[in-house]
Amino acid sequence: MTATLSSSTSHDRHVKTEVTDSTAARMEQRRRRRTMVLYAGLIVGLVVATLVSSGSGQLQIPLDEMLGSIAHRLGLDIGPMPSHPQGEYTLWNVRFSRIAMAVIVGGSLAVAGAAMQGVFGNPLAEPSVVGVSSGAAVAAGAAIVFGLRFAGDWSIPVCAFVGGLVTTLLVYALSRSEGRTEVVTLVLTGIAVNAVAGALLALLMFLGDTQARESIVFWQLGSLNGSRWPYVWVVAPLAVVGVVISLLCARSLDLLSLGERSARHLGVNVERLRIILIVVVALLTAAAVSFCGIVAFVGLVVPHLVRMITGPGHRTLLTACLLAGALVLICADTVARTFVAYTDLPLGMLTSLVGGPFFFWLLRRTRKTAGGWA
Amino acid sequence: MTDLALLGRGISLSYGRRPILDAVDLEVRRGEVLALVGPNGAGKSTLLSVLAGDLQPDDGEVLLDGRPLTTWKLREMARRRAVLTQEHRISFPFPAADVVRMGRSPWRGRPEEDEDDLVVAEAMHSTDIDELAGQSFGLLSGGEKGRTSFARVLAQKTGILLLDEPTAALDIGHQEGLLGRARTEARAGAAVVVVLHDLTLAAAWADRIALLHRGRVTAEGRAAEVFTAPLLSLVYDHPIDVIVHPATEELLVLPDRRSVVSREETVL
Repeated sequence: MTATLSSSTSHDRHVKTEVTDSTAARMEQRRRRRTMVLYAGLIVGLVVATLVSSGSGQLQIPLDEMLGSIAHRLGLDIGPMPSHPQGEYTLWNVRFSRIAMAVIVGGSLAVAGAAMQGVFGNPLAEPSVVGVSSGAAVAAGAAIVFGLRFAGDWSIPVCAFVGGLVTTLLVYALSRSEGRTEVVTLVLTGIAVNAVAGALLALLMFLGDTQARESIVFWQLGSLNGSRWPYVWVVAPLAVVGVVISLLCARSLDLLSLGERSARHLGVNVERLRIILIVVVALLTAAAVSFCGIVAFVGLVVPHLVRMITGPGHRTLLTACLLAGALVLICADTVARTFVAYTDLPLGMLTSLVGGPFFFWLLRRTRKTAGGWA
Repeated sequence: MTDLALLGRGISLSYGRRPILDAVDLEVRRGEVLALVGPNGAGKSTLLSVLAGDLQPDDGEVLLDGRPLTTWKLREMARRRAVLTQEHRISFPFPAADVVRMGRSPWRGRPEEDEDDLVVAEAMHSTDIDELAGQSFGLLSGGEKGRTSFARVLAQKTGILLLDEPTAALDIGHQEGLLGRARTEARAGAAVVVVLHDLTLAAAWADRIALLHRGRVTAEGRAAEVFTAPLLSLVYDHPIDVIVHPATEELLVLPDRRSVVSREETVL
């Protein structure tokens, strides 16, 4: 060992270095190829899912009519227009806006989950698990019940953002000790926060009139029903800002996984990074929750599956999460509104039905690999 | 650039009412390996944390290249000094090669970035972790983690290395290798501070030794000056013998078990 370290011949070192180079390069190449395949698959998946989703429902619109309609909007006189009298309207004012909302909500939640896991240094952190979604929901519910319109269409999102931010800060302060978050503490904090938020939502329902009550109930179930373009334009900027900032923080998030001390030794301003990302998580959660209610576990399942393919590097992870989250939500929403004819199943119910057991499996696995609950 | 890399002046720090460091003065010079030794709770790791800028002393200050630590930007500082902590944690399954490459991050966007691949490959080779490149850091053994983290610290290419018990989980061969590499860095002009528990190792590899006792530097100098049986026995509160190796003339520091045995015999 002493020999390899201090007095190895230059020839020996040269040969060995080349070997390392090629294995590292091969590894890197393989990872890059896998990532490219993933990106391509996700983009193709998004296009296909969009076409399938916008064509299906009570009013079936065949592919050629849909493409014809899109072409006409682009000023090209190609292909047939939708034959059903309501077809054109349904396509552009109901389906496309709903898909756009699915993309925003799914992408935001998945990116928020990945960012949150990075900040907490814990792969089980997720907005709905730790109660950030319900925190945002309480504030938005208050806006509905008390008829707060201080910022026009933006009132509900602003309230949701503030509620989400307060809850994220609270959870963060409560669940950390000595610079890290243990799984038990995190999950228990989530239970406590969700309980309080649930009680506050119940209080709001008690206080509200029938109409407010109904909208809160629907909202707790989570649904993309009634996603019109004006709503899309309200939450889109929030999502874009949140996603861009988290992508800018990607490299620092990689370093943060070494622990706060080591990250600081490598030049990361940990305190600043933490605050920025907490605000970003609140922003993204607010974008998702404002009009569609609580759609749980997307931020847990999607980053986890993506990480299995791309590895933990946050730059690819966050980008792939954005695409995969959008794809998952378009698919889930299509199922929600077509599975049973003439009914719109609650989307949040569907994601929880799949995400709940997944969370449980993840919890068991984490316990096994970490050799305890740490 | 002067040969004085870090200077601690009158550093005092206490946790609650318990004083950990009591007016410590310390010079860290380029071109030498400085070992911090002392019994448990003497303040070695705390002193290293203060030198690294992790802990703010209650009193006194640390100068890095003549400027107080608090005036340095974190990223600038990361290009001057690297720190190896005692704990090697990771939150996500990054492969070892990626962890070593993280050591290059302070150089992003600078001309030195072009050397990334070479520096990483050399650091990994010299710490004998070539074979671990693709393995998940979290699943490595304690010693492998320690070597990978040391490779990361080397990849940072800084003129100051602060190493907190770097040999803790290493086998005897890798201990020698690591401290040999630390000395090579020092000979090439780096300032190296290393916290050690094994006094024989410290005697063999350090150019200068600071012996800490109850938050103060009790003795400082070459191994032959600091490591005397009476002083060590007093500081460690245990009978200690210092002998000279008959062939190599190196200092060997050993616990003196005779008196313990005789004490037990008298009890019996």
